[in-house]
Amino acid sequence: MQVPAEASLHRSLRLAAIGTLAGLFSGLFGVGGGSVIVPLLVLWLGYEEHPATATSLAAIVFIAGFAALTHGLYGNVHVLDAVLIGIPAVGGVLLGTWLQQRLPARTVSLLFAGVLVLSAIELLVR
Amino acid sequence: MIGAIAIGLAGGVIAGLLGVGGGVLFVPGLVIFLGLDQHQAEATSLLAIIPVAIVGTYMQDRYGNVRRGDALLLGVLSLAGAAGGVALANALSGRVLRDAFAVLLLLVAAQFVRRALGSGTGQPAAPAGFDPPGLEKG
Repeated sequence: MQVPAEASLHRSLRLAAIGTLAGLFSGLFGVGGGSVIVPLLVLWLGYEEHPATATSLAAIVFIAGFAALTHGLYGNVHVLDAVLIGIPAVGGVLLGTWLQQRLPARTVSLLFAGVLVLSAIELLVR
Repeated sequence: MIGAIAIGLAGGVIAGLLGVGGGVLFVPGLVIFLGLDQHQAEATSLLAIIPVAIVGTYMQDRYGNVRRGDALLLGVLSLAGAAGGVALANALSGRVLRDAFAVLLLLVAAQFVRRALGSGTGQPAAPAGFDPPGLEKG
């Protein structure tokens, strides 16, 4: 199916807006930006959940790279800690991706939300 | 060291399961368990995210879920935003940034609760290959 040029430009502009927003968010908060990218891909570009998640992960390689590099210029990056976290996290991702096809999304989402709330409380009372 | 590895494992599993969540666990983990300040935790989290995202992308690409053109455009066009976001973070005090991050965690938590309660059956989403080919391939 042929995509009209105007629709294609419209689409690219939306992607540019999502990329810029996600970059700002990622740089400001030290996260990948998936919680910005995934819902916007679904809402603005009609993505299904799984392709949105997957495409977001691929974009995050660039986004986190740019943001980590900029933070490096400020001298904020602890490289050893990043390696100690990043390498086991790869094992975690393999396990998580395998589990994704087998666990009810609702239960996982609620458990994760609970952990986030506890973390937020700990940070606020600190 | 054990703490860092545990943070990494937990964040990775969540990232693989939900597609988001590596960083939102790495940052509080680094602050709460490893004693980094908020700026250091965010910077370190970003570096730790990269291998996770690379492997996650590879796995998802095998399921045919990655729309490569869109991902590349999103990634490359994030540069200005990412640099601006980091500059903004460094202009804020650690205290303000940490409190803002805590609010972010609450918002993300609310988003996941809403998604869980609104997702109908709570069953895993459609298997890979379900989606029709994307327009960007044309």
